[in-house]
Order: sequence, then structure tokens, then C-alpha cells
Amino acid sequence: MTSATMTRVSDVERRNPVVVAVRDAIAVSERNLITYRRVPQLLVFSTIQPVIFVLLFRYVFGGAITVPGGVPYVDFLMPGIFVQTVVFGALGAAIGLATDLKSGLLERFRALPMARSAVLAGRTLADLLRNVFVVALMFAVGVAVGFRVHTSALDVIIGLLLILLFAYALSWVFALVGLWVGDPETAQAAAFPILAPLVFASSVFVPVSSMPNWLQGWALHQPVSVVASAVRELMLGPVSVGDVFQAIGWCLAVLAVFAPLAVWRYRRVA
Amino acid sequence: MTALAPLAVDSQTFAVTASGLQKRFGETEALRGIDMQVEWGAVYALLGPNGAGKTTAIRIFTTLLHPDAGSATVAGFDVVRQAGEVRYCIGLAGQSAAVDPILTGAENLELIARLAQLPRHLVKPRAMDLLERFQLTDAAHRPVRTYSGGMRRRLDIAAALVQRPPVLFLDEPTTGLDIRSRNELWNTIRELVAEGTSVLLTTQYLEEADRLAHNVAVVDRGLIIAEGPPAQLKAQLGTTVIELGLADEASAAQSAVLLSRVVPTRPEVEQATVRVTSNDGPRILVEVMRSLDAAGLVPTTLNVREPSLDDVFLALTGRHSEGSEDGNGSKPAIGAPR
Repeated sequence: MTSATMTRVSDVERRNPVVVAVRDAIAVSERNLITYRRVPQLLVFSTIQPVIFVLLFRYVFGGAITVPGGVPYVDFLMPGIFVQTVVFGALGAAIGLATDLKSGLLERFRALPMARSAVLAGRTLADLLRNVFVVALMFAVGVAVGFRVHTSALDVIIGLLLILLFAYALSWVFALVGLWVGDPETAQAAAFPILAPLVFASSVFVPVSSMPNWLQGWALHQPVSVVASAVRELMLGPVSVGDVFQAIGWCLAVLAVFAPLAVWRYRRVA
Repeated sequence: MTALAPLAVDSQTFAVTASGLQKRFGETEALRGIDMQVEWGAVYALLGPNGAGKTTAIRIFTTLLHPDAGSATVAGFDVVRQAGEVRYCIGLAGQSAAVDPILTGAENLELIARLAQLPRHLVKPRAMDLLERFQLTDAAHRPVRTYSGGMRRRLDIAAALVQRPPVLFLDEPTTGLDIRSRNELWNTIRELVAEGTSVLLTTQYLEEADRLAHNVAVVDRGLIIAEGPPAQLKAQLGTTVIELGLADEASAAQSAVLLSRVVPTRPEVEQATVRVTSNDGPRILVEVMRSLDAAGLVPTTLNVREPSLDDVFLALTGRHSEGSEDGNGSKPAIGAPR
């Protein structure tokens, strides 16, 4: 059995770690995108809920809501809807990773000579591409129900990029949640209590000035509001550069905290 | 950069070694000091019941867990300090079929091949070769969620082989498989070994360890309590177990006294059951029946079988294997006519 002459070398190529990180992230994100192609229901259902919100707030509640500055409510609403859509959509990262963890697939990945960052980078990259599609679709829905931008094309594009940056940062938050709870149903259940106060106690649907004083402090300064307000300024004007930078700052801060935490958790996940 | 040179496996070393390996999860001591060596080209079986620590050991060897104490090497690389190198040399198939149900069989293998850093031109051919080898060619382009349990398990093992790893880890590879699939998998493992792969597998089945392994380690509560070639292990145990169910405990005790005169090993009594192990089953069975008949004792049940994991544990530790699915009487006993 033992033989001094026996040499078995696996067929692997050893590559530069940076090259490995990029290639592996692309391989993983391709895998996640195949899921959307093969199970299009995932994409359909994740856009049905925001479309219902648009119809509900535009035609049912909207008449009772007045916004300051004489802006039509539909124009006020849509930037908030864009942000709300990507916030709830970020839950997909938690569910997807929890599913992979439960099935043993993450264990297989962790025993491969692949980049430690690739599973999460690939997942969040796929989510980013999905969000490009979802935000474009919601923009079209908005235009169909009467939404009009009041600013320059450049401002609107910056606004859309800000939404995608925020969505990308949130993917890492929910990647951590998914790895932490390790079960798709629990991930879904755990997410709503986190998301509800962020989305509803915010400037997404109604002006913060209409809320009681004790709530305004939270509703003005929490990240979903800050981003929604900055996107609204970029689409309706007048644009305050300070507000936009504050929103970008929030995104980068969330990324800086949660991306390393998620990778740390991935390396130790049971 | 020297790190980018091809990895040569040092054939002077062992495929796998462990020395004083310990791991604790809270209050539970999963491993209490494991020492073992797997020679290149050999099959080594860790045999033990659920919770014995087998999977923990595999998880340490495959760099998924860090040991609390002790050290381990795979292909000559330290599993903690050189985890990256270890991952280039191993294939792992776990207890669950860890494949993506939405991807097709081919897509699953191609994904793993890419992530295993196979050269690009080898990715598709290797996936196709493996699908053929595991009789999955017809199902290659179907989503895995349409596969049967046996097909998923085969794909899972195939995924562990994409990089042709020199050391293969199989965690309970045949648990839950039907006999045909199990036999096919055993043949595959033998082929891989013939091609030079070293295999470390865990199992709850003595028969599996016996059929496949060059060396068997019996694991109990985080310790290796016996180790050696299967033949040696079986010589200690006997190749046949004869189990007699008597009418009551008194007749069982009486039978044991009678049988101790005709069988070389001491009969074990457990309530109304008497158990005899022997290397000479058929002859001893006749002796047993003869001597019982002479005393006017008629067993109510009779069970003649190969030793199970539980028998190994009983012989080695004097107690039943905890959590084992493979307990006594798992095969139907012959009921004697009243």
C-alpha cells in the first residue's frame, strides 16, 4: 500500500489569490443568477409586493396624504417605493445563504480551495444585478401610474445608483443574518421585526413631519429614511449635496461593518 | 511567487495523521484525543455509532473545524496552519447530498470544478466524465431536484472527485442507500483506491468497514478503542452471532451455563436472551441446539447473523453502542414453533 514512489497531484491550478477571488465570485454569482432564470417565480413574487404597495398608496391611501411643497403624492411616493423594494428584496440573501448552509452546500464550498470571500461576494453581486432589473421595472411601473422626475438626468442616475449602493450594503447585512440563523424559515421570520420599523417608521411612504414628535427623531435619522430622502431630492429637487453624502456615508458605513462580519461568520459557520 | 507552483504531494508522509486530537462543543467532548495514521492508497474506516465523534474528526481533517488540542495533517500539510494547501488535496462528501437542487447535474459539477481551481479547459470534460462514471449522463441536463435520493448521492460523491483529490473523505457514504446503490458505491470506492486515491470513511456498519477498509478504528465517545485490519477485529469477535430467545430469564441463565460447555467464548445473557459468538457458526449452532434439546429447553426465537456494530461495542466495552441504528434483532428472527 505504501510506496515511496507514489506521487498523486490533484489537477488543480494554483493561481494568484486576487484572480481566484474574482473568478470564484463570478462562478458563484452565475450560479445564483441561474436560480432566477430557472425559478422565475422568485423574481415575479419579489416584484408583486412592491407593485401592490404602489397601487395601494397611489390610489387607496394617497388621496388622504398631503405632502409639503405641493408635490404630487405619486412623485413623493415612488422614490420611497424604490428604496422599500430593495430593502425587502435584500431578505433574499438571508434566505439563500441559510438554505445553502442547511443543505450542506456551504460546507462543501468551505472545503474547496476557493476564495473565502467568494460565496458572499458572488451572492451579493447576483443580488445587485437582480436589483438593477427590479429597480428598472419599478421605475417603469411608477411612470405608468403618473410618476415624473423633476430634476436632470444626471441627478436621477445618481439617485438610482444610490439605491443600488444601499441595496448592495443591505445584502451584506442579510448575508450575516442568513449565516447566523442558518434556517430559511427562521431567516424570513427574523427579518420582518428588523425591517418593519426601518421601512414604515421612515420617510418612505409619508412625510416625517406628519409623525408624532417622539417618532420623528428616529424616522428622520435612520438609514432607510436618509437614503429615501436623498433619492427623493435627487429625483424631485432641490438637491442638497450634504444629504446625498450623508446617504452615501450610511451605505459605506453599513458595508464597512457588515461585510467583514459576514465573511468572519462564513469562516466559522458550523 | 513560489506559492503558485504546482502542489506536489509528499509520498514519504502519510495521507492522513492525527495526534492527540481533541474537540469540545460546550459540555460535550466530541474528541478526547485521537491518534491515527492513514497510509497512502489505503482505505481507513472510522467505525462507530452516532455521536461517537466520527464526523467531528472528518470536519477537522477537511479544515472545516479547528481542533482544541492536538494536531492533524492531510497529504503532509497541517490542517490548521496549511489549511489552504490541504483544500487542494482533498475531496469531501458529507452525510447530506450537498448539491444545488435548482442547477442541473452538469452545472453542479462544473461549478464545483471551477471553484476547485481546475483549469478552464478541463471543467466541462471532467464534469461529463464523472456524470458518465456515475451513470448520470441521461440526467445530466435535468435539475437535481428531479433526481432520486440515490442519484443525488452519486452526484454528491462525483462532486467530491472533480479535482481528482489524492485524499478522499466520505462521511457515512452509504447511509440511507438501498443495497444495489450501496454495492455500486462500494465498487466505485474500490476503483478509486485502485487508481491510487487514499480514502478515509466513516460508517456505522461493520460490514462496510469489513468489505472496504484496510484498517478499521472503532470510535467510542471521542476515543479510538480498537484499531486494526478488519480480519484481526473479527477474529476477536467471531464471525457469527447466534441469539436465542428463551421463555424467561431463569431458562436463559440455565441455557448460558449449558452453552458455556460447548462454545469457546462465554455466552452473554441479557434478560431472556442468550448470545453466543463464534468463528465456527454452523457447527456451533448444531452443538447449541443439541445441548439445549438434551436439557429440554426450547428457544422461542433464533437469530443467526453476522456481528453488527452493536456486537463490536458489546465485545469491546461491555455495553451497547449508544445512538446506533444498528442494534440487536434488526434482522427478522426465526420464531420457533411452540
